[in-house]
Amino acid sequence: MSNKVIVLGEVRDGALRNVSFEAIAAAKKVAGDGEIVGVLIGDDVQGSAPEMIAYGADRVVTVEHPHLKHYTSDGFGQAFMAVYEQEQPEVIVFGHTAQGKDLSPKIAAKLQSGLVSDVTEIEGEGDDAVFIRPIYSGKAFEKVKINEGPVFFTIRPNNIQAAEKDGSRSGDVSSVTADIQNLRSVVKEVVTKATDGVDMSEAKVIVAGGRGVKGPEGFEPLKELANLLGGAIGASRGACDADYCDYSLQIGQTGKVVTPDLYIAAGISGAIQHLAGMSNSKVIVAINKDPEANIFKVADYGIVGDLFEVVPMMIEEIKNTKVNA
Amino acid sequence: MNIYALVKRTFDTEEKISVQNGEIAEDGAEFIINPYDEYAVEEAIRVRDEHGGEVTVLTLGGEDAEKQLRTALAMGADKAVLINTEDDLDDIDEYTAAAIIAEYLKDKEADLILAGNVAIDGGSGQVGPRIAELLDINYVTTITELKIDGDKANIVRDVEGDSETIEAQLPLLATAQQGLNDPRYPSLPGIMKAKKKPLEELELDDLDLDEDDVEAKTERVEIFLPPEKAAGRILEGDLQDQVKELVGLLRTEAKVI
Repeated sequence: MSNKVIVLGEVRDGALRNVSFEAIAAAKKVAGDGEIVGVLIGDDVQGSAPEMIAYGADRVVTVEHPHLKHYTSDGFGQAFMAVYEQEQPEVIVFGHTAQGKDLSPKIAAKLQSGLVSDVTEIEGEGDDAVFIRPIYSGKAFEKVKINEGPVFFTIRPNNIQAAEKDGSRSGDVSSVTADIQNLRSVVKEVVTKATDGVDMSEAKVIVAGGRGVKGPEGFEPLKELANLLGGAIGASRGACDADYCDYSLQIGQTGKVVTPDLYIAAGISGAIQHLAGMSNSKVIVAINKDPEANIFKVADYGIVGDLFEVVPMMIEEIKNTKVNA
Repeated sequence: MNIYALVKRTFDTEEKISVQNGEIAEDGAEFIINPYDEYAVEEAIRVRDEHGGEVTVLTLGGEDAEKQLRTALAMGADKAVLINTEDDLDDIDEYTAAAIIAEYLKDKEADLILAGNVAIDGGSGQVGPRIAELLDINYVTTITELKIDGDKANIVRDVEGDSETIEAQLPLLATAQQGLNDPRYPSLPGIMKAKKKPLEELELDDLDLDEDDVEAKTERVEIFLPPEKAAGRILEGDLQDQVKELVGLLRTEAKVI
Protein backbone atom coordinates (compact mmCIF):
# COMPACT_ATOMS: atom_id res chain seq x y z
CA MET A 1 0.00 0.00 0.00
CA SER A 2 1.39 3.32 -0.99
CA ASN A 3 -0.30 6.69 -0.99
CA LYS A 4 1.25 9.92 -2.12
CA VAL A 5 0.40 12.60 0.44
CA ILE A 6 0.72 16.34 0.10
CA VAL A 7 0.91 18.43 3.25
CA LEU A 8 0.33 22.16 3.16
CA GLY A 9 2.82 23.84 5.48
CA GLU A 10 1.84 27.13 7.06
CA VAL A 11 4.38 29.89 7.55
CA ARG A 12 3.60 32.57 10.08
CA ASP A 13 5.94 35.45 10.85
CA GLY A 14 8.67 33.77 8.84
CA ALA A 15 8.52 30.39 10.61
CA LEU A 16 6.62 27.16 10.06
CA ARG A 17 3.85 26.61 12.56
CA ASN A 18 4.05 23.58 14.80
CA VAL A 19 0.81 22.23 13.33
CA SER A 20 2.63 21.77 10.02
CA PHE A 21 5.03 19.29 11.67
CA GLU A 22 2.05 17.53 13.24
CA ALA A 23 0.43 17.37 9.79
CA ILE A 24 3.54 15.64 8.42
CA ALA A 25 3.30 13.08 11.26
CA ALA A 26 -0.40 12.55 10.40
CA ALA A 27 0.55 12.15 6.73
CA LYS A 28 2.98 9.36 7.68
CA LYS A 29 0.10 7.33 9.13
CA VAL A 30 -1.80 7.27 5.86
CA ALA A 31 1.11 7.27 3.41
CA GLY A 32 2.23 3.66 3.79
CA ASP A 33 5.32 3.51 1.55
CA GLY A 34 4.10 6.55 -0.32
CA GLU A 35 5.95 9.80 -0.70
CA ILE A 36 5.22 12.81 1.51
CA VAL A 37 5.41 16.09 -0.36
CA GLY A 38 5.43 19.34 1.59
CA VAL A 39 3.84 22.39 -0.03
CA LEU A 40 4.69 25.97 0.86
CA ILE A 41 2.74 28.94 -0.48
CA GLY A 42 3.59 32.62 0.03
CA ASP A 43 5.71 35.50 -1.24
CA ASP A 44 8.89 34.26 0.41
CA VAL A 45 8.65 30.77 1.88
CA GLN A 46 11.42 28.71 0.34
CA GLY A 47 13.54 29.20 3.46
CA SER A 48 11.17 26.98 5.41
CA ALA A 49 11.53 24.00 3.06
CA PRO A 50 14.47 22.34 4.88
CA GLU A 51 12.47 22.33 8.12
CA MET A 52 9.60 20.46 6.49
CA ILE A 53 12.11 17.88 5.31
CA ALA A 54 13.72 17.67 8.76
CA TYR A 55 10.30 16.82 10.18
CA GLY A 56 9.62 14.05 7.69
CA ALA A 57 8.66 15.44 4.26
CA ASP A 58 10.48 13.64 1.42
CA ARG A 59 10.55 16.72 -0.76
CA VAL A 60 9.00 20.17 -0.91
CA VAL A 61 7.24 22.10 -3.64
CA THR A 62 6.93 25.87 -3.29
CA VAL A 63 4.70 28.42 -4.99
CA GLU A 64 5.96 31.98 -4.59
CA HIS A 65 4.30 35.11 -5.93
CA PRO A 66 4.03 38.72 -4.72
CA HIS A 67 0.24 38.32 -4.61
CA LEU A 68 0.66 35.57 -2.04
CA LYS A 69 2.10 37.84 0.65
CA HIS A 70 -1.24 37.72 2.47
CA TYR A 71 -3.51 34.72 2.54
CA THR A 72 -6.61 34.97 0.34
CA SER A 73 -8.72 31.98 -0.63
CA ASP A 74 -8.45 32.90 -4.32
CA GLY A 75 -4.68 33.35 -4.29
CA PHE A 76 -3.84 30.31 -2.18
CA GLY A 77 -6.51 28.27 -3.96
CA GLN A 78 -4.90 28.93 -7.35
CA ALA A 79 -1.43 28.20 -5.96
CA PHE A 80 -2.51 24.97 -4.27
CA MET A 81 -4.37 23.70 -7.33
CA ALA A 82 -1.23 24.27 -9.46
CA VAL A 83 0.64 21.91 -7.11
CA TYR A 84 -2.26 19.46 -7.00
CA GLU A 85 -2.39 19.21 -10.79
CA GLN A 86 1.33 18.50 -10.91
CA GLU A 87 1.47 15.99 -8.06
CA GLN A 88 -1.92 14.20 -8.32
CA PRO A 89 -1.77 12.93 -4.72
CA GLU A 90 -4.05 10.33 -3.13
CA VAL A 91 -4.14 12.19 0.20
CA ILE A 92 -4.15 15.88 1.24
CA VAL A 93 -3.46 17.15 4.78
CA PHE A 94 -3.89 20.71 6.10
CA GLY A 95 -3.72 22.10 9.62
CA HIS A 96 -7.12 23.09 11.01
CA THR A 97 -6.02 26.69 11.50
CA ALA A 98 -7.76 29.89 10.38
CA GLN A 99 -6.09 29.41 7.01
CA GLY A 100 -6.70 25.68 6.74
CA LYS A 101 -10.34 26.05 7.76
CA ASP A 102 -10.86 28.75 5.15
CA LEU A 103 -9.03 27.08 2.27
CA SER A 104 -9.79 23.35 2.64
CA PRO A 105 -13.54 23.49 1.79
CA LYS A 106 -12.77 25.45 -1.37
CA ILE A 107 -10.26 22.84 -2.51
CA ALA A 108 -12.64 20.01 -1.55
CA ALA A 109 -15.41 21.64 -3.60
CA LYS A 110 -13.07 22.01 -6.58
CA LEU A 111 -12.08 18.34 -6.31
CA GLN A 112 -15.68 17.27 -5.52
CA SER A 113 -14.21 15.34 -2.64
CA GLY A 114 -15.06 14.54 0.93
CA LEU A 115 -13.19 16.38 3.65
CA VAL A 116 -12.81 15.44 7.29
CA SER A 117 -12.17 18.60 9.29
CA ASP A 118 -10.58 19.07 12.69
CA VAL A 119 -9.19 15.58 13.18
CA THR A 120 -7.70 14.89 16.62
CA GLU A 121 -6.64 11.27 16.15
CA ILE A 122 -6.12 8.74 13.37
CA GLU A 123 -6.93 5.09 13.95
CA GLY A 124 -5.49 2.41 11.72
CA GLU A 125 -3.07 3.05 8.90
CA GLY A 126 -2.95 3.61 5.18
CA ASP A 127 -6.19 2.94 3.33
CA ASP A 128 -7.87 1.65 6.50
CA ALA A 129 -7.37 4.93 8.33
CA VAL A 130 -10.37 6.13 10.32
CA PHE A 131 -10.44 9.73 11.47
CA ILE A 132 -11.61 10.77 14.92
CA ARG A 133 -12.97 14.28 15.36
CA PRO A 134 -14.94 16.13 18.02
CA ILE A 135 -18.57 17.03 17.42
CA TYR A 136 -20.85 19.19 19.58
CA SER A 137 -17.68 21.10 20.51
CA GLY A 138 -16.14 18.06 22.16
CA LYS A 139 -19.23 16.85 24.01
CA ALA A 140 -18.97 13.80 21.71
CA PHE A 141 -16.64 12.35 19.09
CA GLU A 142 -17.22 10.67 15.75
CA LYS A 143 -15.18 8.25 13.68
CA VAL A 144 -15.30 9.03 9.98
CA LYS A 145 -13.89 7.41 6.88
CA ILE A 146 -13.70 8.57 3.31
CA ASN A 147 -14.95 5.97 0.88
CA GLU A 148 -13.72 7.40 -2.38
CA GLY A 149 -10.65 9.54 -2.94
CA PRO A 150 -8.96 11.81 -2.69
CA VAL A 151 -8.66 11.45 1.07
CA PHE A 152 -8.59 14.95 2.48
CA PHE A 153 -8.41 15.94 6.13
CA THR A 154 -7.37 18.79 8.40
CA ILE A 155 -5.83 18.22 11.83
CA ARG A 156 -6.50 20.15 15.00
CA PRO A 157 -3.30 21.72 16.37
CA ASN A 158 -1.78 20.20 19.50
CA ASN A 159 -3.30 16.71 19.26
CA ILE A 160 -1.14 14.62 16.94
CA GLN A 161 2.47 14.29 18.02
CA ALA A 162 5.06 15.68 15.57
CA ALA A 163 8.13 13.55 14.82
CA GLU A 164 11.50 14.45 16.30
CA LYS A 165 13.37 16.89 14.11
CA ASP A 166 16.09 15.14 12.08
CA GLY A 167 18.42 17.73 10.53
CA SER A 168 20.33 15.03 8.64
CA ARG A 169 17.43 14.32 6.29
CA SER A 170 17.67 15.73 2.80
CA GLY A 171 15.20 16.13 -0.03
CA ASP A 172 14.52 17.96 -3.24
CA VAL A 173 13.03 21.46 -3.18
CA SER A 174 11.35 22.59 -6.39
CA SER A 175 9.01 25.36 -7.37
CA VAL A 176 5.81 25.56 -9.36
CA THR A 177 4.89 28.75 -11.16
CA ALA A 178 1.28 29.79 -11.05
CA ASP A 179 -0.56 32.82 -12.37
CA ILE A 180 -2.09 34.35 -9.31
CA GLN A 181 -4.77 36.65 -10.63
CA ASN A 182 -8.31 37.97 -10.28
CA LEU A 183 -8.19 38.06 -6.50
CA ARG A 184 -11.68 39.00 -5.39
CA SER A 185 -10.57 39.88 -1.86
CA VAL A 186 -7.70 42.19 -0.95
CA VAL A 187 -6.17 42.28 2.53
CA LYS A 188 -5.75 45.95 3.46
CA GLU A 189 -4.44 45.67 6.98
CA VAL A 190 -3.62 43.13 9.67
CA VAL A 191 -3.89 44.26 13.27
CA THR A 192 -2.36 42.06 15.94
CA LYS A 193 -4.51 42.24 19.02
CA ALA A 194 -3.26 42.46 22.57
CA THR A 195 -2.85 38.72 23.05
CA ASP A 196 0.94 39.10 23.08
CA GLY A 197 1.52 36.89 20.12
CA VAL A 198 0.67 33.45 21.50
CA ASP A 199 -2.28 32.06 19.59
CA MET A 200 -4.83 30.12 21.60
CA SER A 201 -5.27 27.27 19.14
CA GLU A 202 -1.62 26.26 19.34
CA ALA A 203 -0.81 27.36 22.88
CA LYS A 204 0.52 24.71 25.28
CA VAL A 205 -0.73 26.72 28.22
CA ILE A 206 -3.90 28.83 28.47
CA VAL A 207 -4.79 31.01 31.42
CA ALA A 208 -8.48 31.90 31.20
CA GLY A 209 -10.52 34.36 33.20
CA GLY A 210 -14.24 34.56 33.86
CA ARG A 211 -16.60 36.93 35.59
CA GLY A 212 -14.43 36.54 38.68
CA VAL A 213 -11.77 38.82 37.17
CA LYS A 214 -14.26 41.65 37.80
CA GLY A 215 -12.97 44.02 35.12
CA PRO A 216 -10.52 44.45 32.23
CA GLU A 217 -7.72 45.20 34.69
CA GLY A 218 -8.45 41.90 36.43
CA PHE A 219 -6.84 40.14 33.46
CA GLU A 220 -3.45 41.68 34.29
CA PRO A 221 -2.31 39.02 36.79
CA LEU A 222 -3.58 36.32 34.40
CA LYS A 223 -1.55 37.84 31.57
CA GLU A 224 1.52 37.89 33.78
CA LEU A 225 1.05 34.21 34.61
CA ALA A 226 0.44 33.35 30.93
CA ASN A 227 3.57 35.23 29.86
CA LEU A 228 5.63 33.47 32.51
CA LEU A 229 4.46 30.09 31.20
CA GLY A 230 4.72 31.07 27.52
CA GLY A 231 0.98 30.70 27.21
CA ALA A 232 -2.04 32.52 25.88
CA ILE A 233 -4.96 34.30 27.52
CA GLY A 234 -8.53 33.08 27.19
CA ALA A 235 -11.89 33.98 28.65
CA SER A 236 -15.35 32.69 29.39
CA ARG A 237 -18.45 34.11 27.74
CA GLY A 238 -19.30 35.82 31.03
CA ALA A 239 -16.10 37.85 30.89
CA CYS A 240 -16.65 38.75 27.22
CA ASP A 241 -20.31 39.69 27.70
CA ALA A 242 -19.31 41.92 30.60
CA ASP A 243 -16.82 43.68 28.28
CA TYR A 244 -13.82 42.65 30.35
CA CYS A 245 -12.13 41.46 27.17
CA ASP A 246 -12.51 40.96 23.43
CA TYR A 247 -14.79 38.24 22.03
CA SER A 248 -11.82 36.82 20.15
CA LEU A 249 -10.68 35.41 23.51
CA GLN A 250 -13.88 33.50 24.22
CA ILE A 251 -13.53 29.78 24.81
CA GLY A 252 -16.60 27.55 24.66
CA GLN A 253 -19.28 26.11 22.46
CA THR A 254 -19.62 29.52 20.86
CA GLY A 255 -16.06 30.74 20.76
CA LYS A 256 -12.89 28.72 20.44
CA VAL A 257 -12.43 25.09 21.33
CA VAL A 258 -8.99 24.47 22.79
CA THR A 259 -6.92 21.52 23.96
CA PRO A 260 -3.74 22.84 25.58
CA ASP A 261 -1.49 20.77 27.85
CA LEU A 262 -2.42 23.03 30.76
CA TYR A 263 -5.60 25.03 31.17
CA ILE A 264 -5.85 27.33 34.17
CA ALA A 265 -9.41 28.54 34.78
CA ALA A 266 -9.48 31.53 37.13
CA GLY A 267 -12.79 32.88 38.35
CA ILE A 268 -14.73 30.76 35.85
CA SER A 269 -17.82 29.00 37.17
CA GLY A 270 -17.86 26.39 34.40
CA ALA A 271 -21.11 26.63 32.43
CA ILE A 272 -21.68 23.59 30.20
CA GLN A 273 -20.96 25.73 27.12
CA HIS A 274 -17.57 26.73 28.52
CA LEU A 275 -16.70 23.17 29.51
CA ALA A 276 -17.39 22.04 25.92
CA GLY A 277 -14.64 24.38 24.75
CA MET A 278 -11.90 23.27 27.14
CA SER A 279 -12.66 20.04 28.96
CA ASN A 280 -10.48 18.00 26.60
CA SER A 281 -7.40 19.92 27.74
CA LYS A 282 -4.77 17.56 29.14
CA VAL A 283 -4.46 19.09 32.62
CA ILE A 284 -7.00 21.49 34.07
CA VAL A 285 -6.47 23.73 37.10
CA ALA A 286 -9.46 25.53 38.58
CA ILE A 287 -9.26 28.50 40.91
CA ASN A 288 -12.60 29.70 42.24
CA LYS A 289 -13.99 31.14 45.43
CA ASP A 290 -17.08 28.97 45.22
CA PRO A 291 -16.33 25.36 46.24
CA GLU A 292 -19.54 24.26 44.48
CA ALA A 293 -18.50 25.75 41.11
CA ASN A 294 -19.02 23.38 38.20
CA ILE A 295 -15.49 23.94 36.95
CA PHE A 296 -14.13 21.77 39.78
CA LYS A 297 -15.90 18.75 38.25
CA VAL A 298 -13.55 18.75 35.28
CA ALA A 299 -10.46 20.05 37.09
CA ASP A 300 -7.48 17.81 37.80
CA TYR A 301 -6.37 20.19 40.52
CA GLY A 302 -8.51 22.75 42.27
CA ILE A 303 -7.87 25.57 44.70
CA VAL A 304 -10.82 27.11 46.47
CA GLY A 305 -9.80 30.72 46.87
CA ASP A 306 -9.70 34.23 45.48
CA LEU A 307 -7.89 34.37 42.16
CA PHE A 308 -6.42 37.75 43.10
CA GLU A 309 -4.61 36.03 45.97
CA VAL A 310 -3.88 32.71 44.31
CA VAL A 311 -2.60 33.86 40.92
CA PRO A 312 0.06 36.27 42.28
CA MET A 313 1.18 33.51 44.67
CA MET A 314 1.48 31.11 41.74
CA ILE A 315 3.57 33.63 39.79
CA GLU A 316 5.84 34.05 42.80
CA GLU A 317 6.14 30.30 43.41
CA ILE A 318 6.87 29.51 39.76
CA LYS A 319 9.54 32.21 39.63
CA ASN A 320 11.11 30.98 42.87
CA THR A 321 11.16 27.32 41.93
CA LYS A 322 12.50 28.16 38.48
CA VAL A 323 15.47 29.89 40.07
CA ASN A 324 16.05 26.88 42.34
CA ALA A 325 15.83 24.41 39.45
CA MET B 1 -29.92 43.80 -2.41
CA ASN B 2 -30.83 40.17 -2.76
CA ILE B 3 -29.63 38.67 0.52
CA TYR B 4 -29.70 35.06 1.70
CA ALA B 5 -29.02 33.84 5.22
CA LEU B 6 -28.23 30.15 5.63
CA VAL B 7 -29.33 28.61 8.91
CA LYS B 8 -29.11 25.22 10.57
CA ARG B 9 -31.26 23.79 13.31
CA THR B 10 -28.98 22.63 16.13
CA PHE B 11 -29.13 21.37 19.70
CA ASP B 12 -29.39 24.08 22.30
CA THR B 13 -25.95 24.77 23.77
CA GLU B 14 -27.35 23.88 27.22
CA GLU B 15 -28.06 20.31 26.16
CA LYS B 16 -26.03 17.39 27.44
CA ILE B 17 -25.23 14.89 24.72
CA SER B 18 -25.98 11.19 25.02
CA VAL B 19 -25.70 8.35 22.54
CA GLN B 20 -28.48 5.85 21.84
CA ASN B 21 -28.20 3.05 19.27
CA GLY B 22 -25.13 4.62 17.75
CA GLU B 23 -26.79 8.00 17.24
CA ILE B 24 -26.99 11.21 19.25
CA ALA B 25 -30.21 10.96 21.28
CA GLU B 26 -32.61 13.76 20.33
CA ASP B 27 -35.56 12.89 22.55
CA GLY B 28 -36.76 15.87 24.51
CA ALA B 29 -33.83 18.04 23.45
CA GLU B 30 -34.34 21.75 22.81
CA PHE B 31 -33.38 22.99 19.37
CA ILE B 32 -32.28 26.46 18.32
CA ILE B 33 -30.91 28.30 15.30
CA ASN B 34 -27.19 27.57 15.31
CA PRO B 35 -25.85 30.60 17.28
CA TYR B 36 -23.40 31.60 14.52
CA ASP B 37 -26.22 31.48 11.97
CA GLU B 38 -28.21 33.79 14.22
CA TYR B 39 -25.49 36.41 13.74
CA ALA B 40 -25.84 35.85 9.99
CA VAL B 41 -29.61 36.41 10.10
CA GLU B 42 -29.20 39.55 12.19
CA GLU B 43 -26.54 40.94 9.85
CA ALA B 44 -28.68 40.16 6.80
CA ILE B 45 -31.57 42.14 8.31
CA ARG B 46 -29.30 45.08 9.15
CA VAL B 47 -27.81 45.19 5.64
CA ARG B 48 -31.31 45.10 4.14
CA ASP B 49 -32.53 47.87 6.45
CA GLU B 50 -29.63 50.05 5.36
CA HIS B 51 -29.48 49.26 1.66
CA GLY B 52 -32.93 47.94 0.84
CA GLY B 53 -33.79 44.62 -0.73
CA GLU B 54 -34.96 41.33 0.63
CA VAL B 55 -33.72 38.69 3.07
CA THR B 56 -34.45 35.03 2.42
CA VAL B 57 -33.54 32.50 5.11
CA LEU B 58 -32.75 29.04 3.87
CA THR B 59 -32.26 25.76 5.62
CA LEU B 60 -31.68 22.16 4.72
CA GLY B 61 -33.27 19.56 6.93
CA GLY B 62 -36.57 18.07 7.97
CA GLU B 63 -40.04 19.34 8.76
CA ASP B 64 -38.94 20.28 12.29
CA ALA B 65 -36.63 22.99 10.95
CA GLU B 66 -39.69 25.10 10.07
CA LYS B 67 -39.65 26.35 13.65
CA GLN B 68 -36.16 27.85 13.27
CA LEU B 69 -37.16 29.42 9.94
CA ARG B 70 -40.20 31.03 11.61
CA THR B 71 -37.92 32.39 14.31
CA ALA B 72 -35.72 33.99 11.65
CA LEU B 73 -38.83 35.41 9.95
CA ALA B 74 -39.95 36.79 13.30
CA MET B 75 -36.56 38.49 13.68
CA GLY B 76 -37.29 40.27 10.40
CA ALA B 77 -36.36 38.09 7.41
CA ASP B 78 -38.81 38.45 4.52
CA LYS B 79 -39.24 34.87 3.35
CA ALA B 80 -37.98 31.40 3.98
CA VAL B 81 -37.02 28.28 2.07
CA LEU B 82 -36.91 24.78 3.53
CA ILE B 83 -35.17 22.18 1.43
CA ASN B 84 -36.63 19.06 2.96
CA THR B 85 -34.40 16.03 2.53
CA GLU B 86 -36.08 13.90 5.21
CA ASP B 87 -37.62 11.41 2.78
CA ASP B 88 -34.78 11.31 0.28
CA LEU B 89 -31.52 11.14 2.19
CA ASP B 90 -30.25 9.22 5.19
CA ASP B 91 -26.71 10.48 5.24
CA ILE B 92 -25.80 14.06 4.62
CA ASP B 93 -22.23 15.25 4.80
CA GLU B 94 -20.80 18.65 3.93
CA TYR B 95 -20.40 17.66 0.29
CA THR B 96 -24.09 16.73 0.09
CA ALA B 97 -25.38 19.80 1.91
CA ALA B 98 -23.31 22.21 -0.18
CA ALA B 99 -24.24 20.52 -3.45
CA ILE B 100 -27.97 20.80 -2.72
CA ILE B 101 -27.91 24.37 -1.43
CA ALA B 102 -25.70 25.54 -4.30
CA GLU B 103 -28.07 23.90 -6.77
CA TYR B 104 -30.91 25.92 -5.28
CA LEU B 105 -28.93 29.18 -5.23
CA LYS B 106 -27.32 28.94 -8.65
CA ASP B 107 -29.99 30.95 -10.51
CA LYS B 108 -31.04 33.21 -7.62
CA GLU B 109 -28.49 35.96 -8.31
CA ALA B 110 -27.76 36.61 -4.65
CA ASP B 111 -25.66 39.70 -3.95
CA LEU B 112 -24.82 38.61 -0.43
CA ILE B 113 -25.05 35.23 1.26
CA LEU B 114 -24.49 35.13 5.01
CA ALA B 115 -23.96 32.02 7.13
CA GLY B 116 -22.42 31.04 10.43
CA ASN B 117 -18.71 30.27 10.31
CA VAL B 118 -19.37 26.93 11.94
CA ALA B 119 -22.31 24.93 13.27
CA ILE B 120 -21.99 23.97 16.90
CA ASP B 121 -23.00 20.37 16.18
CA GLY B 122 -20.93 19.14 13.21
CA GLY B 123 -18.31 21.82 13.70
CA SER B 124 -16.52 21.54 10.37
CA GLY B 125 -17.24 24.99 8.92
CA GLN B 126 -17.15 23.59 5.39
CA VAL B 127 -20.57 24.21 3.92
CA GLY B 128 -20.34 28.01 3.46
CA PRO B 129 -17.05 28.10 1.53
CA ARG B 130 -18.03 24.99 -0.45
CA ILE B 131 -21.23 26.73 -1.61
CA ALA B 132 -19.29 29.85 -2.62
CA GLU B 133 -16.89 27.75 -4.65
CA LEU B 134 -19.72 25.84 -6.35
CA LEU B 135 -21.39 29.16 -7.22
CA ASP B 136 -18.00 30.57 -8.24
CA ILE B 137 -18.41 33.62 -6.00
CA ASN B 138 -16.09 35.28 -3.52
CA TYR B 139 -16.13 34.35 0.18
CA VAL B 140 -14.69 35.58 3.45
CA THR B 141 -14.94 33.58 6.69
CA THR B 142 -15.15 34.53 10.40
CA ILE B 143 -16.16 38.15 9.87
CA THR B 144 -16.70 40.55 12.79
CA GLU B 145 -17.61 43.66 10.79
CA LEU B 146 -19.36 44.19 7.44
CA LYS B 147 -20.00 47.40 5.52
CA ILE B 148 -21.43 47.31 2.03
CA ASP B 149 -20.08 50.01 -0.27
CA GLY B 150 -21.38 49.77 -3.85
CA ASP B 151 -20.16 46.52 -5.38
CA LYS B 152 -17.67 45.95 -2.58
CA ALA B 153 -17.77 44.99 1.07
CA ASN B 154 -15.39 46.33 3.67
CA ILE B 155 -14.86 43.56 6.14
CA VAL B 156 -12.98 42.93 9.35
CA ARG B 157 -12.32 39.27 10.06
CA ASP B 158 -11.02 37.48 13.09
CA VAL B 159 -7.94 35.41 12.33
CA GLU B 160 -6.90 33.57 15.46
CA GLY B 161 -7.07 36.71 17.55
CA ASP B 162 -5.60 39.06 14.93
CA SER B 163 -7.95 41.14 12.88
CA GLU B 164 -7.69 41.51 9.13
CA THR B 165 -9.28 44.32 7.16
CA ILE B 166 -10.44 43.11 3.78
CA GLU B 167 -11.98 44.67 0.72
CA ALA B 168 -14.12 42.02 -0.93
CA GLN B 169 -15.99 42.05 -4.21
CA LEU B 170 -19.67 41.23 -4.36
CA PRO B 171 -21.39 38.87 -4.91
CA LEU B 172 -20.02 37.49 -1.69
CA LEU B 173 -20.60 34.73 0.81
CA ALA B 174 -19.49 35.75 4.29
CA THR B 175 -19.51 33.63 7.44
CA ALA B 176 -20.19 35.19 10.82
CA GLN B 177 -17.92 35.09 13.83
CA GLN B 178 -19.00 36.00 17.32
CA GLY B 179 -18.81 39.75 17.86
CA LEU B 180 -20.36 40.60 14.47
CA ASN B 181 -23.54 41.88 16.12
CA ASP B 182 -26.01 41.27 18.91
CA PRO B 183 -28.90 39.26 17.47
CA ARG B 184 -32.32 40.72 18.34
CA TYR B 185 -35.03 38.74 20.06
CA PRO B 186 -38.17 38.35 17.96
CA SER B 187 -40.80 40.88 19.07
CA LEU B 188 -44.40 39.84 19.63
CA PRO B 189 -45.63 41.69 16.50
CA GLY B 190 -42.68 40.12 14.67
CA ILE B 191 -43.83 36.67 15.73
CA MET B 192 -47.40 37.42 14.58
CA LYS B 193 -46.18 38.70 11.21
CA ALA B 194 -43.86 35.73 10.74
CA LYS B 195 -46.82 33.35 10.64
CA LYS B 196 -48.00 34.99 7.41
CA LYS B 197 -44.65 35.36 5.69
CA PRO B 198 -44.00 33.01 2.75
CA LEU B 199 -42.24 29.73 3.51
CA GLU B 200 -41.47 27.62 0.48
CA GLU B 201 -40.79 23.92 0.88
CA LEU B 202 -38.81 21.99 -1.70
CA GLU B 203 -37.54 18.47 -2.14
CA LEU B 204 -34.66 17.10 -4.20
CA ASP B 205 -37.06 16.45 -7.08
CA ASP B 206 -37.90 20.13 -7.29
CA LEU B 207 -34.22 20.87 -7.80
CA ASP B 208 -33.89 18.19 -10.48
CA LEU B 209 -31.48 16.35 -8.22
CA ASP B 210 -31.23 12.64 -7.73
CA GLU B 211 -30.01 11.04 -4.48
CA ASP B 212 -27.03 9.63 -6.35
CA ASP B 213 -25.98 13.12 -7.50
CA VAL B 214 -25.43 14.21 -3.93
CA GLU B 215 -24.35 11.00 -2.22
CA ALA B 216 -22.14 11.68 0.80
CA LYS B 217 -18.39 11.24 0.30
CA THR B 218 -17.68 10.55 3.95
CA GLU B 219 -19.18 7.97 6.25
CA ARG B 220 -19.62 8.16 9.99
CA VAL B 221 -18.77 4.76 11.40
CA GLU B 222 -19.17 5.45 15.11
CA ILE B 223 -20.14 8.06 17.67
CA PHE B 224 -18.80 7.95 21.19
CA LEU B 225 -18.66 10.12 24.26
CA PRO B 226 -15.36 11.23 25.78
CA PRO B 227 -14.40 9.25 28.89
CA GLU B 228 -15.76 10.75 32.11
CA LYS B 229 -13.05 12.65 33.86
CA ALA B 230 -12.05 11.14 37.17
CA ALA B 231 -12.68 13.48 40.07
CA GLY B 232 -9.85 15.91 40.48
CA ARG B 233 -8.01 16.88 43.61
CA ILE B 234 -9.18 19.87 45.59
CA LEU B 235 -6.15 21.01 47.50
CA GLU B 236 -6.40 21.79 51.20
CA GLY B 237 -4.59 23.65 53.90
CA ASP B 238 -3.10 27.10 54.08
CA LEU B 239 -3.51 28.95 50.75
CA GLN B 240 0.23 29.55 50.40
CA ASP B 241 0.87 25.82 50.93
CA GLN B 242 -1.81 24.91 48.39
CA VAL B 243 -0.12 27.07 45.77
CA LYS B 244 3.25 25.48 46.57
CA GLU B 245 1.71 22.03 46.26
CA LEU B 246 -0.04 22.94 43.01
CA VAL B 247 3.09 24.26 41.32
CA GLY B 248 4.95 21.16 42.52
CA LEU B 249 2.27 18.86 41.11
CA LEU B 250 2.24 20.68 37.77
CA ARG B 251 6.01 20.27 37.57
CA THR B 252 6.49 16.72 38.76
CA GLU B 253 3.21 14.83 38.45
CA ALA B 254 1.51 16.46 35.46
CA LYS B 255 4.80 17.68 33.93
CA VAL B 256 3.13 20.53 32.11
CA ILE B 257 5.25 23.49 33.24
